[in-house]
Amino acid sequence: MTSSRTSSRSRLASQIIHSALFLLILCAAPLALAKPSPALILKLAAGDNDAKVEALNAIAGSADPEALPLLQALGNDALKVVDGKQVLIVDGDKVTDAVTGATLPALPENAEDVVTNNRVTLALQDAFAALDLTSPDRKTRFEAVKKLQDAPDEAIVPLLDKAQKIEKDPQILDMLRMTQAAAQLHNKDKAVRMAAIETLGTSDDAAMKQLLAGLLDKDGDKFKEPDESVRLAAQNGINAISSRLRRGEWLGSIFTGISLGSILLLAALGLAITYGLMGVINMAHGELIMIGAYATYVTQNVIHAHFPGLIEFYPLFALPVAFLTSGLIGVLMERLVIKHLYGRPLETLLATWGISLILIQTVRTFFGAQNVLVENPQWLSGGIQVMSNLILPWNRLAIILFAALVVIGMTLILTKTRLGLFVRAVTQNRQMASCVGVATPRIDTVAFGLGAGIAGLAGCALSQVTNVGPDLGQGYIVDSFMVVVLGGVGQLSGTIYAALGLGILNKFLEGWAGAVLAKIAVLVFIIVFIQKRPQGLFAIKGRFVDA
Amino acid sequence: MNKTLIERIFGPKAWAALAVFAAITLILVPILNLAVPESSVFHMPTYWVTLIAKIMCYAIVALAMDLVWGYTGILSLGHGIFFALGGYAMGMYLMRAIGHDGNYQSDLPDFMVFLNWKTLPWYWEGTQHFLWALLLVILVPGLLALIFGFFAFRSRIKGVYFSIITQALTFATMLLFFRNETGFGGNNGFTDFKRILGYHITSPITRVVLFVLTAAFLIGFLLLARYIVTSKLGRVLAAIRDAETRVMFSGYNPLPYKLFIWVMSAVICAIAGALFVPQVGIINPSEMSPANSIEIAIWVAVGGRGSLIGPLIGAGLINGVKSWFTMAFPEYWLFFLGLIFVLVTLYLPRGVLGEARALLQKRGERP
Repeated sequence: MTSSRTSSRSRLASQIIHSALFLLILCAAPLALAKPSPALILKLAAGDNDAKVEALNAIAGSADPEALPLLQALGNDALKVVDGKQVLIVDGDKVTDAVTGATLPALPENAEDVVTNNRVTLALQDAFAALDLTSPDRKTRFEAVKKLQDAPDEAIVPLLDKAQKIEKDPQILDMLRMTQAAAQLHNKDKAVRMAAIETLGTSDDAAMKQLLAGLLDKDGDKFKEPDESVRLAAQNGINAISSRLRRGEWLGSIFTGISLGSILLLAALGLAITYGLMGVINMAHGELIMIGAYATYVTQNVIHAHFPGLIEFYPLFALPVAFLTSGLIGVLMERLVIKHLYGRPLETLLATWGISLILIQTVRTFFGAQNVLVENPQWLSGGIQVMSNLILPWNRLAIILFAALVVIGMTLILTKTRLGLFVRAVTQNRQMASCVGVATPRIDTVAFGLGAGIAGLAGCALSQVTNVGPDLGQGYIVDSFMVVVLGGVGQLSGTIYAALGLGILNKFLEGWAGAVLAKIAVLVFIIVFIQKRPQGLFAIKGRFVDA
Repeated sequence: MNKTLIERIFGPKAWAALAVFAAITLILVPILNLAVPESSVFHMPTYWVTLIAKIMCYAIVALAMDLVWGYTGILSLGHGIFFALGGYAMGMYLMRAIGHDGNYQSDLPDFMVFLNWKTLPWYWEGTQHFLWALLLVILVPGLLALIFGFFAFRSRIKGVYFSIITQALTFATMLLFFRNETGFGGNNGFTDFKRILGYHITSPITRVVLFVLTAAFLIGFLLLARYIVTSKLGRVLAAIRDAETRVMFSGYNPLPYKLFIWVMSAVICAIAGALFVPQVGIINPSEMSPANSIEIAIWVAVGGRGSLIGPLIGAGLINGVKSWFTMAFPEYWLFFLGLIFVLVTLYLPRGVLGEARALLQKRGERP
């Protein structure tokens, strides 16, 4: 571990020096760049552990890039001390005097190792982080602040000051400010403490809340913080952070709820169409979703093998493939089985269950029972950090957007095309539609294929957020049935409201009572709900005896 | 047509068949297993006794399913929940009967010791008494069926809607039982039973007694079902199946009829579960998985709905084939089961029994 760090450190070292100098010229800040003083070097090398930590903190506070070789030497056990006076850095055969920089012909006989303990190692790591603060690489700086945030120390306040002057990135700047405030929380000056508390109060980070809470702790029966007004300010700060955190959690629940809802929507849309049209429940719908996910997997592999340049955009190619594969299987199912069971919905249910078993076993035979690996492309991984406890992942955002697009597409098909007109007519009154010349069997086939195709699209979307395995469909089937039961049939809006409502309800209950109890509560809710509205949220009004 | 069907099933030939079945299961099998020495060709291994008893439990479940689906037109995709609850109630007694012979030698069942529980949860109170456990076998599934059925039938949920909601019910309960905190052993459920009413649970005598009990219950429930479907109540049920709205227009309220047969079916299922657990020696939440419940429906469909013997034949056939299939080529069982679902619904809508009867009838009509 040490050796790998050494190489990256030494590469970084020259970068740091260059960029620090460059930034200094740029800002024209009159910062003195002196080498660590001989006394400090001696303290670091020859002092006891307390002195070493002190020296390290001082070096960290000075943010002096020239100290880097010294720190590296300490980290690599390459720092030697002679007679408690002379400090040497050993680099292979080369021996350098740390104070004068002079090269020595050989290591003196009486050179001793500099011994470090755990505390010194920790302080050393902080010192490295402090030096990283001036790195030109945004990620290095980000990591460095994060590290310092964990153990804020007053010694690094000047360093943070300096870093804030040259930092351009608003997020890192904010983190620096917070870290500085955290470090000043136990300053002797009351005004400084108050200012620090005020700064921390504007944070939305639970760790900062912890720090503030530390001020309210008691030592025996005396408060650690003597001043009452400071304690009051800390309490206010804690309250402000808590309310911000709560809002973040709340928004997070809504977001994951909408995300779950849009997945349910994609899964239930095809089901609702075929149920509304033909009055049959397709138990193999979940497996059509699973087929869509596997189609995505195959597309990914084909593109990876033959067109590696396009791998970033494979989901876009997978969408039509998934749609067509699942749609084709759907059309075959309808032609070969469901058509012959017309008017016997319960038997259809059993037959489609049989088909689902066959599909699962087929996939197991071809792809194995284990999950397969579907990777997110670069542009779908990561997310936007909105608050410290709220990250919106890109893949979830993409699914919400995608679900919205699918719904818009379905609405357009159902309301603007001839096929949509026929589908709506058959849904409302099959006999009547047939009487005026609608070829109902053909509409059934096409609509069933369309519903199956949407299941394929859902599978493609799901492959980006969950594991893809032969049992993928089983996990969503009961939930999407519930959406159909709750939403009623015949109108898309019922399905949309039911899916989003169930998604959000589920996530809120989950945070409150756990996933399993949430599922049960949702089921009870649905059973109670259909007491009032047996036909679901939105039902087409009609005069059927057996609606 | 319904009436003639019943009359034919329970004509002289059917009674004779039933008597033969009773004689074989109640007298012959115990003798072959216990009295005939093991070296003899006629000896029946205990393995077979348990396997047949297991299939008879399934046959009872199929009969219960037939009462609601075949005779009343309500397809339940959640009957597994009643079977499992009956099994769990019996399992609670069997767990308590282990006493100090468990791995941890504690008063509490092993899984509770493992979870570091100090006392029994309240719903385990009294389960050390066999009679209380028997009461639970009937009460818990019965009450659940009553409450669920009342709300479902009151709002006139029927057809595929009802099927889906029963499926959701068993799915949700399965998730609940998978949790360790629920207090029913989580994933592993109950197993490692030692004794029942003081008798060793795996001894041949206990096995045969349980076998005879199962057969007796099967015959008893068959007669009870016959009584129900031939009564006036049974006619109303069949009328509800064929045209519920017309039944309502004639002044009947279908709710109590449906509720009665639904609860009856649930309790029969639960008793089957209670007989099943001591013989198989394990009960876990996977018994409640939607797939298991749907399989019950296919037993009934294969045998023939709306006849009382059909479902028994169906349960026997499918489970017999399954026992053989899962040993010979396990990877193809799902293909086979799936094909049965599709082919039976497409080509054998009346089930094996119905088709055979139709064939006989056709032949009889020819001069």
